[in-house]
Amino acid sequence: MSKTISKNIPATTKTNGVHKMVSTKRLEVLKTYKIYIGGKFPRTESGRYYIAEDNAGNNLANMCLSSRKDFREAVIAARSAFGDWSAKAANNRGQILYRIAEMLEGRRAQFKEELIKQNLSAAEAENEVNLSVDRLIYYAGWCDKFQQVFSSVNPVASSHFNFSTPEPTGVVSVIAPQNSSLLGLVSVIAPVIAGGNTCVVLASFAKPLCAVTFAEVLNSSDVPGGVVNILTGKVAELLPYFADHMDVNAIVYCENNVADKTLIKEKSALNLKRVVLYDKQNWDAQSPYFIMDNQEIKTTWHPIENIGGSKGSY
Amino acid sequence: MAKRDNTLKLKFDSARKFAPAPESRSAAKIKPKYDLFINGKFEKPLSKKYFDSTNPATGEKLSEVADSSAADVDKAVKAARNAFNSWSKLPAAERGKYIFRIARMVQERARELAIVETLDGGKPIRESRDFDVPTAANHFFYYAGWADKLEYAFPNRTAKPLGVAGQIIPWNFPLLMAAWKIAPALATGNTVVLKPAETTPLTAMLLAEIILEADLPPGVVNIITGAGSTGAAIVNHPDVNKIAFTGSTDVGKIIEKAIAGTDKKATLELGGKAANIIFEDAPLDQAVEGIVNGIFFNQGHVCCAGSRLYVQESVLESVLRKLKDRIETLIVGDPLDKNTDVGAINSKQQYDQIMKYIKIGINEGSDMFQSSCTLPSKGLYIPPTIFSNVAQSSRIAQEEIFGPVLTIQSFRTDDEVIEKANNTPYGLSAGVWTDKGSKIFNLTTKLRAGVVWANTFNKFDPTSPFGGYKESGYGREGGLHGLAPYLNLV
Repeated sequence: MSKTISKNIPATTKTNGVHKMVSTKRLEVLKTYKIYIGGKFPRTESGRYYIAEDNAGNNLANMCLSSRKDFREAVIAARSAFGDWSAKAANNRGQILYRIAEMLEGRRAQFKEELIKQNLSAAEAENEVNLSVDRLIYYAGWCDKFQQVFSSVNPVASSHFNFSTPEPTGVVSVIAPQNSSLLGLVSVIAPVIAGGNTCVVLASFAKPLCAVTFAEVLNSSDVPGGVVNILTGKVAELLPYFADHMDVNAIVYCENNVADKTLIKEKSALNLKRVVLYDKQNWDAQSPYFIMDNQEIKTTWHPIENIGGSKGSY
Repeated sequence: MAKRDNTLKLKFDSARKFAPAPESRSAAKIKPKYDLFINGKFEKPLSKKYFDSTNPATGEKLSEVADSSAADVDKAVKAARNAFNSWSKLPAAERGKYIFRIARMVQERARELAIVETLDGGKPIRESRDFDVPTAANHFFYYAGWADKLEYAFPNRTAKPLGVAGQIIPWNFPLLMAAWKIAPALATGNTVVLKPAETTPLTAMLLAEIILEADLPPGVVNIITGAGSTGAAIVNHPDVNKIAFTGSTDVGKIIEKAIAGTDKKATLELGGKAANIIFEDAPLDQAVEGIVNGIFFNQGHVCCAGSRLYVQESVLESVLRKLKDRIETLIVGDPLDKNTDVGAINSKQQYDQIMKYIKIGINEGSDMFQSSCTLPSKGLYIPPTIFSNVAQSSRIAQEEIFGPVLTIQSFRTDDEVIEKANNTPYGLSAGVWTDKGSKIFNLTTKLRAGVVWANTFNKFDPTSPFGGYKESGYGREGGLHGLAPYLNLV
C-alpha cells in the first residue's frame, strides 16, 4: 500500500468551547483509485489490483487490474449511451465538452500533484494540465463545426437532392497513450466524443492516476454515464478483447508495437472494426481530422419533383 | 368461400406482345483470347494458362483470358511501381487530361462495351447501355477534373498519393467497378494493378485497349485476369500500398486479416442486406416501382439491393397485391433483348447459391411467390421471387442472397421498423418511402447505413459518395469523399 505520508499541519482542539490551533500530525486521507463504468465508480469485478509506482519505485496507489468482464460491462454501458449521446444537439455536446474543461481547470492543483508524483517536473506538469484544458476547449468548439467542413451537397446528374454528412461510428475502444497520463488521454477521448461516439478507454498502465481523476471530472461535467468509460489494467491482457468485441465499431491505438498492431487488425477483421492507429503521436497534435477518424459518411438521396414549367428564373 | 378477385390487373403480356428486339452482337468484336495488360503491352501470362469466359445466358464460350500466377502479379506490380515515380510527378493537369481521354473513349465505344458487358455478365442490355457504361464514363470524367484541384479538397492538409493500388472488383458491375476503382486512383497520382472478376473479365480487357489507345504512360494501369488466388497474390504483394476491394464480406474479412501487420491501406465495399421501408402514407405505386428496382435491378446482384422489404401493416395487403401484379409484368429472358427487365444469373455458382436460399426460405415456412413468366430453356435464369410471412430471425432475412429474392415483413411503428432495419451486421444502404418530410429525416438519420434513399432506390452518381457502415466495409467511393482513401494527408 502506498506510503502514509503524514504532514505537520495545524489541527484544532476544543477547549472551553473555543477552537484552538495546536500543532499535531494529521493522518492523510488516501484516495482509492477505482474504474469508471456507466457513470459509476466500481472496483474491478475481478478483485485484482496492481501497484502504480513512481520512477524511484515508491508505491503511488493500488490500481484496479481490470478484467475482460469489466470491459464487457463497459461496452454495454457505452452502447446504451450511444443513442442519446449521438442524437444530442451538436451545440449541446460542445457545451458539455467545455464543461469538462471548466471542471479540469478547477482541479488543476490535483492533476499537477498527480503528474508530479508520476515523474514530471512542476513546470512540465503545469504545461500538461494547461494543454489538456485547452485541448478540451479546442474540441468543444469543433462539435458543431466539423460537420460543415466535411459535408457536401453532391451535384448529381439526375433529378435528386443529394447530400453527405459525417455520423459517429458508434462505440470506440481506445488504448490510451501509455507514456502520457493526462494529455494523451484527453487528446484521444475528446475527438471521439466530440464526434458523438461513446468509448471505453484503457488508461496508461504505468501512469494511471490522472485517468481515474479525469473520470471524476467527467462525472461532474454533465457527461452522461456510459459516454466515457475508463479502465485501468494491462494492455497485453485487455488488447485482444478491445479488438475482437463484436459490439465495438472502432478501435484507437496509440503505440508503435508491431505485434499489437497486427493483433488489432487481425481481431478487428471479425466485425470489420475501423482501426485507427496513431503511431507515437506526440500530443502536440489537434485537428478535426482526429474527429473524422471515427466518423462514417452517410449519403442521403431524395427526388426533386420536376413536372412544372417554372424554371425559377425570376 | 374464396374472396373474389375483381381488381384490375396489369396485363402487359396478353394486352400487347413485345416482339423480340435483340441488340446486334456484331456491333461488338470479342477476340478469341486476351493476354495480360502489363506495362502498356498485352503480354502472355508467365503461367501459360488461360481460362474461359462464358455467356451465362446461353452457356457458350465467348473468349479465353489469362490466368495470372503470383509471378504475373509481381510483374504487374513492378510495372506499376516503376510508373509511379513519373506518374505522381506529372503536372496534375496533365494527369487529369489522360483520364478525360479515357472518359471520352469509353463514351465513343459505349455501344460495344454495353454489348460485351451483357454477353459476359448476363445483365439486360438496357441496363448496360443506359446505366453501367454511361456511369462508368461519367466516373472517369468526374475524377479527371479532380486531379489538379486536390488542394481544395482537404483543408489545411497536403494530399500525397499512396503508391501502387491493388484493386479487386466483382462481377456484378464489371466495367463500372473498374471505373470506380481506377478513376480516383489515377486522379490522386497512384498507379494501378486491377483484377476483374473471373466470370466477367471482358469489358476490363476492352478498357485496357482504351487505356492503351489513350496513350497512358506504360505501367500506370495494369489489368490482369485470374481467380481468387490471383487476388490473394495482389493482396499479399509486399510492394502494394493500397487495396481496394469490392466483393463479399467474407472475403473482405480475409483481406483485412491478410494485411494486418503491414502498412497497406484498404477500402472495402462489401455485402449488404438493405431494408426498404414503406409507410402507409407513401405513394404506393411509386413505392412498388422502387421495390422492384431495389431488388430486381441487375437480377438482384447488387450489394446495396433492397432485399428486406418492411411494409406498414395497414397497407401490407395492398402493397403485396400491387407488387405481385407488377412482378408478373417483368420480362425475364435474353439479356441482349432491349425489352428484357431481368436477365441471366451471372454464374452457375451464384445460381446454386440463390436456389439454396430459396429452399431455405420454403423450409423456414415463409410463403413464396414467383413470377409465372416462362424462362428460356437454356442458360441460368431465376424468376423474380418474393417471400412473405418472414421472421426477423429467418436466414433469408438475415443473410445476403445476392439474387432476385425479396423478403417481406410488416411493422406498426416507426421505432419498431428502425429497430428491425438496423438489426443486421450490414449497413450499406437503406430506403424509406413516405410522404411526410419529418418522418423521412427521422428515418434517414437513424438508419445505420452509408447510403439512404428516400422515396427512391438504387440511384448512383459519380459525385455521390458510396460505402458502408459496420460489416458492409469502410471507405467511400465517389464524390470528394472518394479521394481520401487514395491519399496520405500530411
